[in-house]
Amino acid sequence: MKLVTAIIKPFKLDDVREALSEIGVQGITVTEVKGFGRQKGHTELYRGAEYVVDFLPKVKIDVAIAEDLLDQVIEAVSKAANTGKIGDGKIFVSSLEQVVRIRTGETGTEAL
Amino acid sequence: MENNIFQLQYAMDTFYFLVMGALVMWMAAGFSMLEAGLVRSKNTTEILTKNIALYAISCIMYMVCGYYFMYGGDLFLSGIAGGDSLVADVLKASAENGFEGDSVYSKASDFFFQVVFVATAMSIVSGAVAERMKLWAFLAFAVVMTAFIYPMEGSWTWGGNSVFGMYNLGDIGFSDFAGSGIVHMAGAAAALAGVLLLGPRKGKYGKNGEVNAIPGANMPLVTLGTFTLWMGWFGFNGGSVLKLGDIVNANSVAMVFLNTNAAAAGGVIAALIVARMMFGKADLTMACNGALAGLVAITAEPSTPSALMATIIGAIGGVLVVFAIIGLDKLKIDDPVGAISVHGVVGFWGLMAVPLTNDGTSFMGQLAGAATIFVWVFVVSLIVWFALKAIMGVRVSEEEEYEGVDLAECGLEAYPEFTSSGK
Repeated sequence: MKLVTAIIKPFKLDDVREALSEIGVQGITVTEVKGFGRQKGHTELYRGAEYVVDFLPKVKIDVAIAEDLLDQVIEAVSKAANTGKIGDGKIFVSSLEQVVRIRTGETGTEAL
Repeated sequence: MENNIFQLQYAMDTFYFLVMGALVMWMAAGFSMLEAGLVRSKNTTEILTKNIALYAISCIMYMVCGYYFMYGGDLFLSGIAGGDSLVADVLKASAENGFEGDSVYSKASDFFFQVVFVATAMSIVSGAVAERMKLWAFLAFAVVMTAFIYPMEGSWTWGGNSVFGMYNLGDIGFSDFAGSGIVHMAGAAAALAGVLLLGPRKGKYGKNGEVNAIPGANMPLVTLGTFTLWMGWFGFNGGSVLKLGDIVNANSVAMVFLNTNAAAAGGVIAALIVARMMFGKADLTMACNGALAGLVAITAEPSTPSALMATIIGAIGGVLVVFAIIGLDKLKIDDPVGAISVHGVVGFWGLMAVPLTNDGTSFMGQLAGAATIFVWVFVVSLIVWFALKAIMGVRVSEEEEYEGVDLAECGLEAYPEFTSSGK
């Protein structure tokens, strides 16, 4: 099993969710996050004084999937979240040791 | 028949006074929202507590002795009800003044109208010292300000008394219709004294002289507060005509409403354009300060200018306020809401604009009045602030300031998160 964590532009969330649903992903977890990458921050202005916003708002998506779905998930997210401009985000893949469905006690891929 | 007309005139002028007073009372809500929007969310509960408490303190202290110092009578407003001969006294006074003469109205309505002005002056202070002053030190200052400092300068101006028996401002051509100087500049002078003693918020000014922005938490509240003040100002200036009940005065009230509105509009546009030229962006908080600057500027004389002239007076206020805010920051005088700029700098401009349209006044008279008000309020406030600093301290600790005065002073967050229900 794999855990795919993607950082994307917030306005792309709906597109990514739809793309994942289409390839049969059963659930995702979404978190509003802030951070910086190559895009860095930007400056804003308040009563004549500039200030730097270092951390930009992004959306983090966590998807737990069976290993055979990995390539499809990466492709779906890459395609749906792509604008071609700086700040589109990243995808991190890590292996997932165990999954438990709390309601039934099922474990492993059964619980996904 | 004549007596019946006088009775009606008395009723109308009293009613008008009360409604105008209620409008001014609502300015307390405007100040609360404006200030709540311009501070960080961790200081919201405390600034709201300050605002509602200072309003109540103003009402009580002005009742106890403030009104007595300013207009005479007795302590605790005794005798204000008028006694058994009220109707006969009023009819006699009305007959002496004549239908178109000076207004005769209920003394209770006069107190009500005056007391909300005291609260306005005190509200100005709360924004300037926001985010770092101790709540109880501020409230202690409010007691002295509303019981003594404001009523004394009020007695020399609207009260018509000589300044410690030395000179009389009315005799040397000073006029301040609704209080650009008496209310607004006075509030700003007290605020300036407090801010100088208190110092800037932590992190506002860098070591190399850079000015750091500390953005306010809630722009919708800033705008709502500005509009609320704008509305309340119709009572502030409109009520200061003191009479509605004949053609000349009714017309004057209408003109004051018109000019008050025009000046605020001029202030907004001027501040918006100046800020756009200087910073390259449409700056909302400057535009809101511009509206208030326009209102403060026209307050010293809203009845004699033409509508165009009122717009220009307001617009000059709007320009001044932007430069004043930047200038105070250069001097490291930290005023989170711009109160000293809006009410002090522009209040002074309002006083100086009076002789442009009112022949009964002089620039020298206006200068003398402004100097008297400023020196009195600033010096006495500074002494009181120093005393409070020695007795109880005026500033919260560095850690409390970082965590927010909401927790330190009120033990309550404005927007609580992760609370568990009491078990």
